Amino acid sequence: MYAWDFQFLWNYRYLFAEGMGVTIGFTIAVVILGIVVGLITGLMMLSRFRLLRFVAAAYVELFRCTPLLVQLIWFYYALPILSGIQLSGVSAGLIALSLYGGAFYAEIIRGGVVSIDVGQSEAGMALGMTPYQIMKKIVLPQALKRMAPPMLNQSIIQLKNTSLISIIAVPDLLYQGQIIAHDSYKPLEVYTAIALAYLAILFPLTALARYGEKKLSTRD
Amino acid sequence: MAIEPKIEVSGLRKSFGPLHVLRDINLTVEPGGVVALIGPSGSGKSTLLRCLNLLVTPDRGSIRIGENRFSFGPGTSPLSKYKLAGFRANTGMVFQHFNLFPHLSVIGNITEAPMTVRRMPKAQAEALAMELLTKVGLPDKARDFPSRLSGGQKQRVAIARALAMQPEVMLFDEATSALDPELVGEVLAVMRSLAHDGMTMVIVTHEMAFAREVADKVIFMRDGVIVEEGPANLVIDEPQNPATRAFLAHFHRKDSA
Repeated sequence: MYAWDFQFLWNYRYLFAEGMGVTIGFTIAVVILGIVVGLITGLMMLSRFRLLRFVAAAYVELFRCTPLLVQLIWFYYALPILSGIQLSGVSAGLIALSLYGGAFYAEIIRGGVVSIDVGQSEAGMALGMTPYQIMKKIVLPQALKRMAPPMLNQSIIQLKNTSLISIIAVPDLLYQGQIIAHDSYKPLEVYTAIALAYLAILFPLTALARYGEKKLSTRD
Repeated sequence: MAIEPKIEVSGLRKSFGPLHVLRDINLTVEPGGVVALIGPSGSGKSTLLRCLNLLVTPDRGSIRIGENRFSFGPGTSPLSKYKLAGFRANTGMVFQHFNLFPHLSVIGNITEAPMTVRRMPKAQAEALAMELLTKVGLPDKARDFPSRLSGGQKQRVAIARALAMQPEVMLFDEATSALDPELVGEVLAVMRSLAHDGMTMVIVTHEMAFAREVADKVIFMRDGVIVEEGPANLVIDEPQNPATRAFLAHFHRKDSA
């Protein structure tokens, strides 16, 4: 029987904390950037102009239908050959994860907007509001409420996705874990602790998403 | 010289694909006039109403409301969204399903457009909203959300919301059709008082008794054309056209049943 020993991990607490900080900071950055990209793309998908719709749909399918790991490696190893600019691991990770997340957020935002009854836009039009005013004051505020639970779910997935950036040497939680495992020769305890650390961050968030969904379904 | 009509529609046509919904509609409404559009479903009466504030863009013809005039068809340029919005701000519309904004309170529903479109200061918009809520009999509901109101109350808020833009004309698209029978009266009462105040109104309705009482003119439509029009009591009590007679017989039967 394997004798578990978590005691030694205390010696690596600073590495853990650093990795945790990078993971959380990175997640916040790619969630915000992803939502910005997703909002722009989602609104493009709803545009009257065919070209905008086409560009947005092409981007979404490109990033939805290729693995994130491939995208990360492509931005880190392949793009420099094409452009002559070597991106740092952090930049490549930020770009790939934001664009990947943006494709999914775009679908959520588009779906949220089309789920709002067309009568709401008609009421806004009948009152003399412009399409921009209707989107900003009438449709988006209602759509955002419906989008919140799936957006939170996608953000939870984004946090887990950040573990992939360890392969391009960004010192996130998993990357630090690998260093600790190599250093201590105790991969079982280290990776178990890492898994529990992700669980500790995400479980409250999934509970929040479930609560939000329930609250939304009992209203309106 | 005669008074210039408030609403003037001429040669209006609209098709959805192969379906001709409106074929050459001509219509005038005097200032302060109340016109009731009646007819079977699919007759084009709702489409005509929605053309009056350009929620539906006509294929041909022209529409004038007050000072604003638009023509449609070959040789006319498409309307900019600002021109469209400006035109619609001048006409109030009340929908069958109310279409209140569920994320805004009652007073928020009413003040939104005056503040956004007319740049009215908030205090002034709220004072106007309270005045209108009093007019429709709901001053105590200002801070409630639409989900807490009955259908009749929702529709009265929707009327107040449309009036807040101080439109020249009001359009009612089956405003009482989605209501429980016992709630119809309160909405009709508000519409009646609007008519008495001299508002120019076009009403799509199935309430024949109300049309006869409030409307100056009744227009019976079928298959996208105006079949019969005239003073309300004449068209409803003594229809000349067999189609009008057949349609109205349905209501008399229902009344006596």
